[in-house]
Amino acid sequence: MTADARKAHWTLYLYCGWLLLPLYWLLTMAVKRNQDITGTLEVIPARPTLDNFVEIFTNPVWYEAFANSLTYVVVNTLVSVAVALPAAYAFSRYRFLGDRHLFFWLLTNRMAPPAVFLLPFFQLYSAIGLFDTPFAVALAHCLFTVPLAVWILEGFMSAVPRELDEMSRIDGHSRAWFFFRIFIPVIRSGIGVTVFFCFMFSWVELLIARTLTASDAKPIVVVMTRTVSAAGLDWGVLAAAGVLTILPGIAVVWFVRRHLVKGFAMGRV
Amino acid sequence: MRNDKAWLAVLPVVIVVAFTAIVPLMTVVNYSVQDIFDVDTRIFVGLDWYRETLRDPRFIDALLRQVLFSGLVLAIEVPLGIWIARAVPREGPATAAFLIVLAIPLLIPWNVVGTIWQIFARPDIGLLGAAVTAIGLSYNYTGSALDAWITLLLMDVWHWTSLVALLAFAGLASIPRACYQAAELDGANAWQVFRYVELPRLRAVLTIAVMLRLMDSLMIYTEPFVLTGGGPGNSTTFLSQYLTTMAVGQFDLGPAAAFSVLYFLLILLLCWLFYTSVMKGGADDR
Repeated sequence: MTADARKAHWTLYLYCGWLLLPLYWLLTMAVKRNQDITGTLEVIPARPTLDNFVEIFTNPVWYEAFANSLTYVVVNTLVSVAVALPAAYAFSRYRFLGDRHLFFWLLTNRMAPPAVFLLPFFQLYSAIGLFDTPFAVALAHCLFTVPLAVWILEGFMSAVPRELDEMSRIDGHSRAWFFFRIFIPVIRSGIGVTVFFCFMFSWVELLIARTLTASDAKPIVVVMTRTVSAAGLDWGVLAAAGVLTILPGIAVVWFVRRHLVKGFAMGRV
Repeated sequence: MRNDKAWLAVLPVVIVVAFTAIVPLMTVVNYSVQDIFDVDTRIFVGLDWYRETLRDPRFIDALLRQVLFSGLVLAIEVPLGIWIARAVPREGPATAAFLIVLAIPLLIPWNVVGTIWQIFARPDIGLLGAAVTAIGLSYNYTGSALDAWITLLLMDVWHWTSLVALLAFAGLASIPRACYQAAELDGANAWQVFRYVELPRLRAVLTIAVMLRLMDSLMIYTEPFVLTGGGPGNSTTFLSQYLTTMAVGQFDLGPAAAFSVLYFLLILLLCWLFYTSVMKGGADDR
């Protein structure tokens, strides 16, 4: 393996093939008619169709669910990064009363199973009138995205030498000016990685999103599980919806692809 | 630099997390010691719900299944992930492409992962199911508990090995080339390079990877919920699924709350045990 670090082993191609095979199957399902799906097993669709996608883009139940999901994911990501930035800066630059304990306690929230919080979340968000809105889901997802954001950002910020802060102070800049005009651009790849992980963990979650929504704010992941049980199995539309839910993730990973390698390279997720 | 005013910068996070974690957690603890008939009628019952939960055979069964599942998942995904990470080229144009392909399963909503495997593994419409049936093996994950377990494990390996692989790759990428050259001069074989050059330097990232896989596999809910619905029978009902049925299916507030507290404590305990043993092992090495 040390002989040529630039060449991929053939087994890696095999593994990537195994990763892509179920996805290929999902894609073929999405362009098949239902009678073809349940009829003969076609590895390559004989009569491809876009009807399933048309159904999703013309049926408000589907496209509104997409909008709901994107709303809470974006709100969650914005809130998480906004509150995590100053906190991560404080953790990386200062020692203060109970800092270690606070940091560790934040991380333990990542270990809490969402199932544990279902009942109190349901009651809490009903009580404050946020139930069945995207904001309830966005806030509830902060349970795991905020600790994660603090953790990742703290890692990136600690890698920036303190001399940068001191130089700016000597130059007579205010702390806020330094933070927004110098520090944030310096750690932008860290912010990219943080956005990626907040987006990812909020986008893929089902249990909390399902419990905190009823009808108006139903996210796409919930519509998928509910339509299946209600209207029989429309495999084609289900597969098409599945394909569409993968696209935002691929878009995000594409935008942060350079930062991502760097972020992972710091050994912090 | 000691500065207690830094608390002001941490305050927003504390407020958000207090709202999303402390308040609900206190509610759960509060419920777990009461028998609740309606909003006004509550009786303090002490630790009765805890005793009842620990004696509940369905809880014990779900717990044993959970531990078996998490153990198997870790035993497969960690070595496989390391092995994949070592196969990815360290630099060059192909590296980014491989990393993106590896990242894709991590970005798919968990219920869609379940759906993908449903249509992939079904013997009638699935490529995998049809292929296995075609070579003459009897395979039906909705009928046989063993087949359901194999399918679930395959699905989890497909879904999460990438996380271990990406983290391990990051660790490998940070090893200086000089370490490899030194090992080559010493005439180390491939295994020795792995054991004495790479593995010690992967300790930190592997700790994170194992911790994440440990806690997440202990929380698994969505994928089996979609794929098998906990069946056949209860053979793939894990802790989260049993708890969800109790909490939002039957609204058994007290028992569900006691269950929740025990569940959370179990995950904390296992993570703590793992973490301290790794840290102790690290101290011995030096």
